[in-house]
Amino acid sequence: MQQSPTQDTLVGLFVASGIIGLFFLAMQISNLSSFIEDDGYTIKARFQNAGGLKIKSPVSVAGVKIGQVSAIQLGDDHRAVVAIKIKNQYNKLPSDTSASIFTAGLLGEQYINLDPGGMDDYLKENSEIDITQSAIILEQALGQFLFKKSADK
Amino acid sequence: MDNSNQSSNTIVTINNLTFYRGNRLIFDNISLEFQRAKITAIMGPSGTGKTTLLKLIGGQLQPNRGEVLVNGQNVHKLQRSQLFELRKKMGMLFQSGALLTDMSVFDNVAFPLREHTHLPESMIRSLVLMKLQAIGLRGARDLMPSELSGGMARRVALARAIALDPLMIMYDEPFTGQDPISKGVLLHLIKSLNTTLGLTSIIVSHDVHETAAIADYIYIIADGKIIDHGTPAEIQDSKSEWVQQFVKGAMDGPVHFHYPAPDYVDDLLSYSN
Amino acid sequence: MLKTFQNLGHTTLASFSKLGRASFFLLHALSGVPKLLLRPRLLINQLYSVGVLSFLIITISGLFVGMVISFQGFHILSDFGAEETLGVMVAASLVRELGPVMSALLFAGRAGSALTAEIGLMKATEQLSGMEMMAVDPIHRIIAPRYLAGIIAMPILAILFSCIGVLGGHLVGVGLLGVDNGSFWAQMQTKLDFRDDILNGVIKSIVFGCAVTWIALFEGYDTIPTSEGVSRATTRTVVNSAFTILGLDFILTTLMFGDN
Repeated sequence: MQQSPTQDTLVGLFVASGIIGLFFLAMQISNLSSFIEDDGYTIKARFQNAGGLKIKSPVSVAGVKIGQVSAIQLGDDHRAVVAIKIKNQYNKLPSDTSASIFTAGLLGEQYINLDPGGMDDYLKENSEIDITQSAIILEQALGQFLFKKSADK
Repeated sequence: MDNSNQSSNTIVTINNLTFYRGNRLIFDNISLEFQRAKITAIMGPSGTGKTTLLKLIGGQLQPNRGEVLVNGQNVHKLQRSQLFELRKKMGMLFQSGALLTDMSVFDNVAFPLREHTHLPESMIRSLVLMKLQAIGLRGARDLMPSELSGGMARRVALARAIALDPLMIMYDEPFTGQDPISKGVLLHLIKSLNTTLGLTSIIVSHDVHETAAIADYIYIIADGKIIDHGTPAEIQDSKSEWVQQFVKGAMDGPVHFHYPAPDYVDDLLSYSN
Repeated sequence: MLKTFQNLGHTTLASFSKLGRASFFLLHALSGVPKLLLRPRLLINQLYSVGVLSFLIITISGLFVGMVISFQGFHILSDFGAEETLGVMVAASLVRELGPVMSALLFAGRAGSALTAEIGLMKATEQLSGMEMMAVDPIHRIIAPRYLAGIIAMPILAILFSCIGVLGGHLVGVGLLGVDNGSFWAQMQTKLDFRDDILNGVIKSIVFGCAVTWIALFEGYDTIPTSEGVSRATTRTVVNSAFTILGLDFILTTLMFGDN
């Protein structure tokens, strides 16, 4: 029954701080901010092997993140079709751009690196990248290396 | 049904009530009647379950056998909402006062009004001040319960108990632990509430003289049974030795000074290694 | 020997009957919630004593926990040359586990014990039965607002704990140990998912809030109305809450993060 204005104010501040805190967690700590930037265009790339690529893996050009993987499916030709969402501000990617799957460091996560070509027309919504290089699978690379070694002898 | 009983002279009827707490028999088949607009006292030594009787009347406890009729309604057969409706007509003054410790005196008295009525705040204020004036504590309205003396707390609790203008009010040990002045004030208040408002009062007490001074009728309960009942004068002249001991406060009588023990001399000499 | 079994049986039956009483108590309290919405004043008063008064201990603990994780994490991660992922480590451990669990444990100690003592004393001083005799249902009037306040306050406190913890981790990691500011945040943002991590953490804290407040209020309501009874009930609240929080956390973690 007590009606004290300070108490009301403090309760109000308390609840508000909770909401601000949740907002902080959502925007600053989690990836929710990248969901909200929904404006962008999607291109596709076919890889022989998508390796450890995951949805939301980063896509970068020259080390700058310009988008992320939005879907990974198996195409009719039994190759991996990777959909890439690129932010609208990066809409000047030449149509002969090539895509490769790289690994950040020895044990780091995999990401797509785009290597811009020299054509005059640009990649648009639903364009497909033709030149791709699959993920380097460590076991395969090691296997090839050992095979070569023994062949050399 | 309600109306026919409204006119009858008894407000509370207890028929063949038996109550056990755990395995202990508290009441053994007792029957009592409380007259409308009268002060009825229930007396007896400590630990005879006098407070339990009030809780049975208020429907807070369920009897093992027997029935309690309040204003013609069987308390223990009522739906919860009906019971709550009935309780609005019963005030109860707890031994400790049972004031809500986080509210001021004013808010405590206003509590039942705010919970049960939709009166505007201005009217609640006048009603509360009227009740506080009646108990002489209008000036203490902004104090917290912790700042009140025991006697004042009980008076505030009394104001709260009559806030909804009940039909009857039950006092649980109203005089226990009070100084003579507080006792006098409470006696006066209980009596004047009864005479001016026609408020039926049930007093549970073991303070013989104070209670006998204002009661119209007295029941004496001990060991789960009604030992005697009658007007104060009849009780005073009771033939029961037990009642005489109780009324006079004699040290020895049917209730012995010594707790049952083996013979004193034998006990002293019985030490052996 | 027979005595042992007898005791065991007695204890089992007593716990079942307590659980039953507690369940009825909870249902009764929940039935009072709709009525409560008409009187928000009651809820605000309780949010103050349950939430605002726990604010300080939660934020200070959060700050220190964040700083300590940052310190410890830095030394382990630097062995692998992975200092950049310090932000991920601090944020993930706080948001998923430490935020909800630690704040619930602190909440049980700060607000839970206070609730038990308050309700227990109200019972001991006949305030609850007095209210009943005034035809006011004490479970609706006293228990329900406190229960709702606990459920609302707990996730807010857990969120604050995590936020302050991350800031504390940033203070130590970036300010003191020299981790790059940009990668501290950027790594966090790519690795933590809003739904999987943050919402799950919030759900955990809501569950803990329900459990702790329930235990605290029931222990108070069910207490033996003497000073010894109240002090025992308060201890039981803290101990039982701690066990319940840890047990529930294990179950919830398995359900939420088990299939990754």
